[in-house]
Amino acid sequence: MDELGGEQAIRLLATMWRIRLFEERVGQLVRAGEIDGLIHLSTGQEGVAAAVCSQLRDDDHVYSGHRAHGHAIAQGASLGRVMAELMGRDTGLCRGLGGSMHLVDVEHGFMGATGVVGGNVPIALGSALAARLRGLDTVSVVFFGDGAVQAGHFTETVNLATLWRLPLILVCENNGFAEFTPRSAHTVVERVSDVVAPYGLGRVTVDGNDVQATWDAFGGFLQSARAGGGPFLLECLTHRVRGHYEGDPGRYREALAEEEWQEKDPIIRLERHGVAEEWFAEDELRGVAAGAAEEVEDAVRFGRESPLPPAGIVESMVYADA
Amino acid sequence: MAHELPYIAAILEAIQLEMERDESVLYFGQNMATTENEPFVDAFGNDRVRVTPISETAEIGIAIGAALAGYRPVVELYMAEFMLVAMDQVLNEAPRFRGMSGGQVTVPIVLKAGYGFTAGWAGQHTGTLSALFMGVPGLKVAVPSTAADAKGLMATAIRDDNPVVYLHHYLLTLDHGEVPDGEYLVPFGEASVRREGSDVTIVGTGWTVDRALGAAERLAGEGIQAEVIDPRTIAPLDLQTILESVDKTGHLVLVDQATRHASVSTVIAGEVAEHGFGSLKAPIVQVTGLDATIPYSEPLEAYVLPDDDKVVAAVQRVLGTAHVTA
Repeated sequence: MDELGGEQAIRLLATMWRIRLFEERVGQLVRAGEIDGLIHLSTGQEGVAAAVCSQLRDDDHVYSGHRAHGHAIAQGASLGRVMAELMGRDTGLCRGLGGSMHLVDVEHGFMGATGVVGGNVPIALGSALAARLRGLDTVSVVFFGDGAVQAGHFTETVNLATLWRLPLILVCENNGFAEFTPRSAHTVVERVSDVVAPYGLGRVTVDGNDVQATWDAFGGFLQSARAGGGPFLLECLTHRVRGHYEGDPGRYREALAEEEWQEKDPIIRLERHGVAEEWFAEDELRGVAAGAAEEVEDAVRFGRESPLPPAGIVESMVYADA
Repeated sequence: MAHELPYIAAILEAIQLEMERDESVLYFGQNMATTENEPFVDAFGNDRVRVTPISETAEIGIAIGAALAGYRPVVELYMAEFMLVAMDQVLNEAPRFRGMSGGQVTVPIVLKAGYGFTAGWAGQHTGTLSALFMGVPGLKVAVPSTAADAKGLMATAIRDDNPVVYLHHYLLTLDHGEVPDGEYLVPFGEASVRREGSDVTIVGTGWTVDRALGAAERLAGEGIQAEVIDPRTIAPLDLQTILESVDKTGHLVLVDQATRHASVSTVIAGEVAEHGFGSLKAPIVQVTGLDATIPYSEPLEAYVLPDDDKVVAAVQRVLGTAHVTA
């Protein structure tokens, strides 16, 4: 497993900034009416996407759910093509046919985001089975929220993954809210990692906004899965800054006070951590956010300048032989 | 050359041949491959032939993921109703991936399930749900009525790059028929004219093809020549063959075991009403299952289902030869 260090930490910070600024910009564009679909932002959860995907390769398979922008970006998707997709353009990752909830970027192993909570979890099993059958060291990683765990197919997946010993790494982003409902209203089991205890798989709960902890925990599982181990469950406790969707009035919870959020913010924490570890000096970080901001503006420009897809594309996409 | 096989064996022959031909074909499901003596395990090993827990969502989900990764899984579901447990995977995941990804991925899976087992299996194992699947763009739906088609459509289903719901009719399981030897493919979207006639067109699927043929035999005794068409796949649906037949006969009777409002016959009736109205000399008549849960008791079961008598009566009605018209 690779130790987290200076250059890698700066790459992670750059990834988190790209996600953070991308999401904030998308929120603005939604409010301005330039993006008009259903949008779920991952602001605040960037640490998990960065720590996990930065350790993966393009031949691994990654699946995500409705809050997928950060995962796709961390896995290597072009900001411009994600933005163009959200704007419904022909140059979008999915030519405007998928949108925010259904990003797919095969080139980088991002095999699919699905919009029905938990629907992606059993599908990730199949990529893990394929890796096992081919005798490859690739893994399958699936991101889901704590809300998906109460769906029956989560348990079906854990059962089959352990029964067949598949190289599947389940990454739960536990932000404490299943859509609009606190976890306590859905289950008596506080920790997702405890839900799977009887199956005997490797499992751990980490502070998902602590990038070092998430990096280390995932890296350990990944190393083992590549060597024939698995499955594993990584529960990352995190915080969703925005509502469930853009436009959510959010009456079901109190917003965090700014100083409280700064203590949780994965970007600020990794910056402080890196300085304390002497991986880098504070002034070395100045260009990171600015570089990401520039990339995001380039992405917006690319989206705006891109053509809308031709109507004729629709029928041709229904069947593979059409 | 051909050989005689029961319908169910013809399906398995196709799976076996495709597994021999293509190593990416996997076959898994419940209650199969539980011993090393099972022929498929013996031939292909436990990597490719697997028993699954009773977890329909995970079974179909894993098939979708394996397909995204380049395999061609055939999932043995046994009963079409068991797919209802996994509606999200069948209707809202597998058929959506290609479109939603802008054509980046394909999902070549076959969901093999029996249906229509109206032999005292009562309300939850007897449904004819084909039209439910037909209505979802991206899914293909095969409904073979003969042993030969059962083989040829399965082979085509496995080679197809799209998710295919392959529905075999349980009442036909042991019906024998001539099956071509070796590789045999029946193309999707090509109806079979099972009997030629000039007076009336009867369309049936699965088990109701035999009801239509039985009725046609009796009608021939009255001097009525019925043409019987089996679409063989309902998605894609070969409307052209049906419209051409109606153009010739001017009369259409549709036979479907499904409840009327979820039947293939209703879809065909709508299409012919729109595109073949000028050919029709009388209103279309549909002989479908009643809109009711299939009852257990034998006479009640018979009451809700189409049979040869009901088809004969429907033909007499459209031709105006019935003693009493509705």
